[in-house]
Amino acid sequence: MRRYVLKRLAITVALLFVVSLIIYTIMRSIPTSYVENQARMLSQLPGAKSYSEWLAQLNANYGMDKGILLGYMQWFKSAIKGDFGDSWQFNIPVIQKFSQVIWYSFILGAISFILEIIIAIPLGILAARKQYSRTDYSITVIALLGISLPTFFFATILKLIFSVWLGWLPLYGMVGRYYELLSTANQYLDIAIHYILPIMTLTIISIGSLMRYTRTNMLEVLNSDYIRTARAKGLSEKKVINYHAFRNTLIPLVTILGGSLPGLFAGALITETLFQIPGIGYTAYLAMVSGDIPFTMFYMVFMAILTLLGTLIADILYAVVDPRVRVS
Amino acid sequence: MNSSNGRNEVPIDKVDSLESPNNLKEIKIDENIIESEANLTKDLSDVQRIKVLSPGMLVIKRFIRNQLAIIGLIITVFMFLFSFVGGLITPYGETEVFKYIGTMSKEYASVTLNEEFRYSVAENMEYNPNMHSNFILSRNKGENTFTYKDENYYISEVGKDFYKVFRLNSVAQITYIRGIMGVTPFADFNIDENLNELIKNALINGSFQFYYQNNFYVLTQNGRDYILGESVNVAFESLLITEPANPNTNLGYEFKYILEDTLRNSNLNTFELEGNRYELNEDDNMAVVYKVTSGGKEEYALISQLAIQPISQDVFLSIQFKEEMERAISDEKDMFIYPDEDGNDVEYTISRLNNVYTIKTETKTHLISMHEKPSYQHWLGTDKHGMDVLTRLMYGGRISLVIGFIVVLLETILGVIMGGIAGYFGKWIDMFIMRIVDVFNCIPFLPLMIIIGSVMDSLEVDPKIRIYYLMLILGIMSWPGIARMVRGQILSLREQEFMLAAEATGLSVSRRIFKHLIPNVIPQLIVLASLGLGGIILYESTLSFLGLGVKFPYASWGNIISGVTTAYEMTNFWFVWIPAGMLILLTVLGFNFVGDGLRDAFDPKMKR
Repeated sequence: MRRYVLKRLAITVALLFVVSLIIYTIMRSIPTSYVENQARMLSQLPGAKSYSEWLAQLNANYGMDKGILLGYMQWFKSAIKGDFGDSWQFNIPVIQKFSQVIWYSFILGAISFILEIIIAIPLGILAARKQYSRTDYSITVIALLGISLPTFFFATILKLIFSVWLGWLPLYGMVGRYYELLSTANQYLDIAIHYILPIMTLTIISIGSLMRYTRTNMLEVLNSDYIRTARAKGLSEKKVINYHAFRNTLIPLVTILGGSLPGLFAGALITETLFQIPGIGYTAYLAMVSGDIPFTMFYMVFMAILTLLGTLIADILYAVVDPRVRVS
Repeated sequence: MNSSNGRNEVPIDKVDSLESPNNLKEIKIDENIIESEANLTKDLSDVQRIKVLSPGMLVIKRFIRNQLAIIGLIITVFMFLFSFVGGLITPYGETEVFKYIGTMSKEYASVTLNEEFRYSVAENMEYNPNMHSNFILSRNKGENTFTYKDENYYISEVGKDFYKVFRLNSVAQITYIRGIMGVTPFADFNIDENLNELIKNALINGSFQFYYQNNFYVLTQNGRDYILGESVNVAFESLLITEPANPNTNLGYEFKYILEDTLRNSNLNTFELEGNRYELNEDDNMAVVYKVTSGGKEEYALISQLAIQPISQDVFLSIQFKEEMERAISDEKDMFIYPDEDGNDVEYTISRLNNVYTIKTETKTHLISMHEKPSYQHWLGTDKHGMDVLTRLMYGGRISLVIGFIVVLLETILGVIMGGIAGYFGKWIDMFIMRIVDVFNCIPFLPLMIIIGSVMDSLEVDPKIRIYYLMLILGIMSWPGIARMVRGQILSLREQEFMLAAEATGLSVSRRIFKHLIPNVIPQLIVLASLGLGGIILYESTLSFLGLGVKFPYASWGNIISGVTTAYEMTNFWFVWIPAGMLILLTVLGFNFVGDGLRDAFDPKMKR
């Protein structure tokens, strides 16, 4: 087991190295005007150096004057120490900006993740138990609808209904206009109200696949021999479903849910952008659109780490949860 | 199947009776046989009574029986018809902008109280803006002469804010010694007795300027002699503006001068010029000039201190209109009515800013029909560019579907090749390709697309070429999923006997992969591709929504929605964005239904 984990870890680290090199190459090939703009601005100050001198100096500062491989080594050396440079868009160290915004994303991700589990798993099990029934078909249709809904369209519809027509919830943003004047309790309430629509969007968009996954696995379990045995033994249907079937369905579910845990930190780029929640997704979107290389670079590598971590956790969990896998 | 007693001799795999509870329906009874052979000639379990279906037919049958899949198929077919045929049928073009002739309150004329001197130049004389400014300078200093280009010009005040500018023309040389005067006229200048007398008087009195017969004369000393200068009018300067009644009439200097002179300095209200008689009709701020003809009198010109200017160059304001307007202004009304050329009353509103009056009226102009509500001409109204939304949706559908299909084709080809190679060869090749797949999996897809989109923005890539780039990148980024599936399938397939047989026959490697292994993967490929289509369309629309995918002027369902951002647009222009969103949703849903149905049909055991 330990050997397996260690081997997977080694592969992950090697992959991360290659992926970050590729991302760095892509970022370096981007024709960004940021450095040129900075140099132009600085050269116009009274008594300043000439434009080309500034350009050379700035390029050297940002490691842009070296070849891609050398530049990458420089980036990698400082990145390993946790120094990702200063964000061009936000004018503060990347890590500082990251720690400012990550929790907004985490709250958003965590709440919708919990809701997703609460809604999708029971519905998936229900659909499997009543296979081919009307319930099953409607749940399947709902799941497919959730998968097919474009986030931006669904978010706009929610805004139209709840913000414009009903006027219950704010259109976007994290806090209301009078946030500063509110008492502490009301401040939390204000934030909570602003979170409702994004969480709703995120949950409904993502329950579909978990629902289907649960249903497929539950069906597989229900068709297995030990369930037939349990029924033949005369156990109540409740007991069969809750003890025998559900527990076995949990194996793939725990695996896939464990694998998506790192994703809680990934932020929801589209949803956050649409609702202007200042989480990691929205921040990264702003950085990307404005050509902020240090932040984008960090964000992309961060996302890659999360993906790798997710696969790693899923694989390890699979072995941990299911003793049959460990044997082989 | 166990329930169908006595039918066991029928090859089980050819009867699709395994997975459905109502399997009895699936045993097709050949109706021809029943009809011709009178029902009871065959036993129920007879092989001939049961139609044997090929595996392909079985798949189709299973697919058709799946209601969701059929709904999906109908949606998909509808979308194709809507986009490709609809685009042909629609009478409008993708980027056709609709305009209408509408009325708009537009500025029609402006009126200012003229406080600047304007000049009229006499015939064959030169008077330019420089001289005009010299005049203003001298006038303000109270001088009555100014110099321009070594020439002296004289100013004489004829009335209030009415000045004549003239220069002198030497007409005669005068010698005057001890009371005896000798006059030598230049050229053919004629000096009569009266003038002679006047000159003499002037010389005696020492006042060297005098009038005679409307002319002004000046004596200037030149050595011992004097030069008699006769005034030649160059121009006059006035605050009043004279405008003709008929745009083609050219009012001469003479006319303007006499008119103004009469208006200011004479009690008469008529004057004569070149054999024509003119009558003046004075009002508060203006005077209308009538030309008296044999048949009565007709309007000829208008003189006033108001500068009335039409905003549009091709509009000519008639005198009656100006009069009407002047009356309204002096009565401090804020509107007046005046009939247009066809005799219809038109309302004009007057607004004042400082001493500028602006006359506005509802003018007919070409307007872009922006955000027009749905109507018979435009079933879904028009968008903010004045384009027909329904037509845009059709063309947008074309782009979305074409992008979807090309990307899926690209990713399938790439995925099959890479996955096939990895699965067949195994060992280090497999290892290598699978690590590439891992790497591609790790690169965050949407952020990468956003970065590339904004790079294309900064490079100002042509919208058309952009679409191709979009397809290429989407295809390159999404092949790993297919490669992984193909590899997995091939890993298990290659261990089977038929592959051993293929190898034993001595078939080449590429033939073994692409003729024997890949066809076995095709069912899964079709399923993945149809599910993938929906995903690609979603990605494309999301990118276009963010403004990083398909760009205006090309339509895409995503960029149609992106035009709507504010709450106002959201509620009022629902006919623009809701249909577009519904189309995306329906199309993706349709492909997902079809993909789902196909998966069930190909592999009944793995049903959803």
